[in-house]
Amino acid sequence: MISIQGKGVSTGVAIGPLYIYRRAKSTIRRYKVEDKEIEWARFKAAQMKAIEQLGLLAEKARAEAGDDAAFLFETHQMMAEDVDYEEAIQSGIKEDGLNAEAVVTDVGAQFAEMFANMDDAYMSARAADVKDVSGRIINILSGVVQGGIDSDVPVILASDDLAPSETVQLDKSKILGFITAGGSGSSHTAILARTMGIPAIIGVGDQVKEEHEGREVIVDGGTGNIVIDPDPDTREYMIQKRKEQLRKLELLNQLKSLPNITKDGQEIRVYCNIGNPEDVHAVLANDGGGIGLFRSEFLYLNCDDYPTEEYQFEAYKQVLSDMDGKEVVIRTCDIGADKMIDYFELPKEDNPALGNRALRICLNRPEMFKTQLRALYRASAFGKLSIMFPMVTSVWEVKEAKKLCEQVKAELTAEGKPYSDEVDIGIMIETPAAAVISDRLAKVVDFFSIGTNDLTQYTLACDRQNNDLGRFFNAHHPAVLRLIKMVCENAHKEGCWCGICGELGADLELTETFLSIGLDELSVSPRSVLPLRQKVRETTVSEVRDKLLDDLMSDMVTI
Amino acid sequence: MKSFSCVINDPLGIHARPAGKLAKAAKDFPASTITITKGDKSAAANQLIKLMGMGVKQNEKVTVTVDGGDEDAALAAMKAFFVENFSAECE
Repeated sequence: MISIQGKGVSTGVAIGPLYIYRRAKSTIRRYKVEDKEIEWARFKAAQMKAIEQLGLLAEKARAEAGDDAAFLFETHQMMAEDVDYEEAIQSGIKEDGLNAEAVVTDVGAQFAEMFANMDDAYMSARAADVKDVSGRIINILSGVVQGGIDSDVPVILASDDLAPSETVQLDKSKILGFITAGGSGSSHTAILARTMGIPAIIGVGDQVKEEHEGREVIVDGGTGNIVIDPDPDTREYMIQKRKEQLRKLELLNQLKSLPNITKDGQEIRVYCNIGNPEDVHAVLANDGGGIGLFRSEFLYLNCDDYPTEEYQFEAYKQVLSDMDGKEVVIRTCDIGADKMIDYFELPKEDNPALGNRALRICLNRPEMFKTQLRALYRASAFGKLSIMFPMVTSVWEVKEAKKLCEQVKAELTAEGKPYSDEVDIGIMIETPAAAVISDRLAKVVDFFSIGTNDLTQYTLACDRQNNDLGRFFNAHHPAVLRLIKMVCENAHKEGCWCGICGELGADLELTETFLSIGLDELSVSPRSVLPLRQKVRETTVSEVRDKLLDDLMSDMVTI
Repeated sequence: MKSFSCVINDPLGIHARPAGKLAKAAKDFPASTITITKGDKSAAANQLIKLMGMGVKQNEKVTVTVDGGDEDAALAAMKAFFVENFSAECE
């Protein structure tokens, strides 16, 4: 068994024989032509033919992968007849007297280099487009026909780098997955693979070799892992993973774009918890309605020193723009307890879970906190941002944090930097103290999000990492559920919305209880969105509400 | 000759899709030359590769100049085009 790590750019698992894509190679001859006018006419004919082919490809792409894919070939068409491109070729043929193949090769390389040198990932990737167009014209000039897939069974296709037009021209019923040696995540091959739902892994270099051809290979586009000649255990594991994905896909197709609404018409928002800007793909793929918890810790954990305002701003802005107007709740720095960072230079504590952590550190280090708040408010101009403070126990903490928000807004106004006026401020309810005074806290915030992991461990005095506690740790403990009910009622009295962003939110055994309590939002990991939606849509709250709430509040001993 | 300036708000800057549409839109005004300028670089609206090669990014300012017989109509159309396709803020 050979295991190879690449970069997964289109998720899914595929199993099949490895097939190495070979291009029909055309050697470019270079010579002086006798009649420059005839050579120019040869180029013009090839250019016309290329434009015609690209038109047909655009239609094929439109049918297979939609307007976005088709537009790629329309861009290629425009490049093929671009005035500057044509002028450069004209000068090569008519002034230098070179043959069309040589001139198109040179001009193509020259334009591709211009794009490749641009300091912008999107524009650099356009170098492949110019090369692709030039290659097409050269093939027409020299009469080369591109090779397809010569196999009777579907294959995992490996190549050095596929040009976008090659990707579309290939017979997709023959392709189970893509592996390329080079490439980037924003290349059209990656985009097309994603659109067509074919797993793809790029950037494997020279690890996939000629000798591997025909052998069984598994690609996992989610992890970027490639296995050649899998052993029985790996094979079985991946087959199960594939089945699971297909099942999820089916569920997705059935439930996508449907509302999270019970049979009797009660709606609940299902958002996602994420820890990285890249996780947004998973949120959108699973049809999450927004982001209910974006843990900002990764910014701190990825750095050797305090992350700068600019660095944070870019990350927040990316998530907000990618979510395209859907709500994004970003939790401010939650360092401390089990998440320690050297450069914070926190003194060692005997009991870090009850120590200097999260909002407490932020309020004690206002300059560090303000850097994050500035980045957040600047990013608020790019989407619908809500800010959430973790680890609150008192009203004064929230007031002090909000005061810092006001200072930051005043600074930004003075500097002429744009920010949104509609940023909601909320808090995590994860300490028993916050739950008990939630009636007061609701007066100073816009929303609550109940962090059930910490709330449970603090309420039950049980460390959730301690496996020995066993039967003493009960995630469904009525103390926690009663607190959730109380917090939700207090929120609603003051016009705040109330949600859950802990693991409990995805617990389908409690969905009916949460609906009965009247929670407005559940924020769960992206993969839990659709199972939760399914559960909500199966529920009739009016049938279960009274009994569930009676059980929860009754004085009869059940547990 | 008439002109206006605007700030490009599209996250990708002047990228292939709107640049392609721009080249097409410019064809409606055959009597005018439409030029896009950023600093010391400029490209005509129909010079797709050159225009993309200018590398205009989000929040950068460009000047659009129209010169010719139908310049009033072209100016208005270009303003509307930039607002719609680049989320531009025009002066």
